[in-house]
Amino acid sequence: MHELALAEGVVATALKSADGRTVRRIVVKVGQLQQIDANAFRDCVEQVVPADEPALAGMCVDLETEPARLKCRVCDHEFAFDDLPQPPGEDELEAIHFVPELAHSYVSCPACNSPDFEVVAGRGIWIDHIEVS
Amino acid sequence: MDPRLEVIGRRLEEVSRIVAVTGGKGGIGKTMVSATLAASLARNGRRCGLLDLDFTGPCGHLVLGAEASFPEEDFGILPQVAGGVHFMSVTCFTGEDPAPLRGGDVSSALVELLAITRWGQLDYLVIDMPPGLGDATLEAARLLPRAEFLVVSTASRLVVDTVRRTLKLLRRLERPILGLVENMAADAAVGPGGPAADTPVTALAAEWDLPYLGALPRDAGIEDHLGRPEALLGTAYGRALDALARRHLIPASA
Repeated sequence: MHELALAEGVVATALKSADGRTVRRIVVKVGQLQQIDANAFRDCVEQVVPADEPALAGMCVDLETEPARLKCRVCDHEFAFDDLPQPPGEDELEAIHFVPELAHSYVSCPACNSPDFEVVAGRGIWIDHIEVS
Repeated sequence: MDPRLEVIGRRLEEVSRIVAVTGGKGGIGKTMVSATLAASLARNGRRCGLLDLDFTGPCGHLVLGAEASFPEEDFGILPQVAGGVHFMSVTCFTGEDPAPLRGGDVSSALVELLAITRWGQLDYLVIDMPPGLGDATLEAARLLPRAEFLVVSTASRLVVDTVRRTLKLLRRLERPILGLVENMAADAAVGPGGPAADTPVTALAAEWDLPYLGALPRDAGIEDHLGRPEALLGTAYGRALDALARRHLIPASA
């Protein structure tokens, strides 16, 4: 996912949750497969927060990344995205950044070489919690 | 809370109409219909996009002649323009590599593509739906509530039976259906202003009280024009589809 799309989604969700109150802090969790650049994400949040929106003035956004763990559906081998013997190349990581499911195009089980694996952790984006006052 | 869902509506807010080309059965020409339809709308002066949602067998790029190059990045990703059509597909990322995705992955990849693609202002976004009534169809119905479904069928009983199930599902989901298009039609079924003879597809349209939008001829020559939308629109197939678009889609949006 692109950082801007994530920032837009987070800010829209924060606004919806504010409901007349002030959002102090929002904790966003992203899976490692999303390949989100934390600095680029923070820049994007600053860009998309409306300047005249008091509910989000001073809002702190924390981004936490969950490491990706994959489990082969064929041989049950569980492996970490960080420990792949043949990690994806730069272009392939870029494709995975935009559409993380494309990991299935570029990652294979280190034990049996199947691309049919389950992402047991480190996929997706969710808002863990929002603090308002 | 999945923040991606908040973004999808914004990405499509400048798109006037969303036309999802479906049919339920594989091999009935949905990609040819959707890509040629998009090229026709563009040639008729409409800003048109084509989103190929077939992740496992994408080939819209082959019809439009779109390059297998990574999309330009500008606060999201920008569709490539091919044959006057703004085009997005999983092939923009994978090229010729396979994308072996299971159902849940298809759903998630669909959400990602809708969340990151900046279509901008379009008169039409045509969506090439994958075969089947699984995740992609259900997700498109859920995430694109404005989508109008254009249903493709052939006269084969095997296809008509599957298309009937598709119509039943779309009615259950309360989705608008523009009508039925008969593809790979026999010569007798092709004629200006409508079919010259009753066919299993005209009967299906009558059964579901839907417009029969027209027949597209089986045209072996179109294979030679793949990748050249202008040439494609000059074939008997392209002319029939262009007439169908002008009769049924363009006036309705004027």
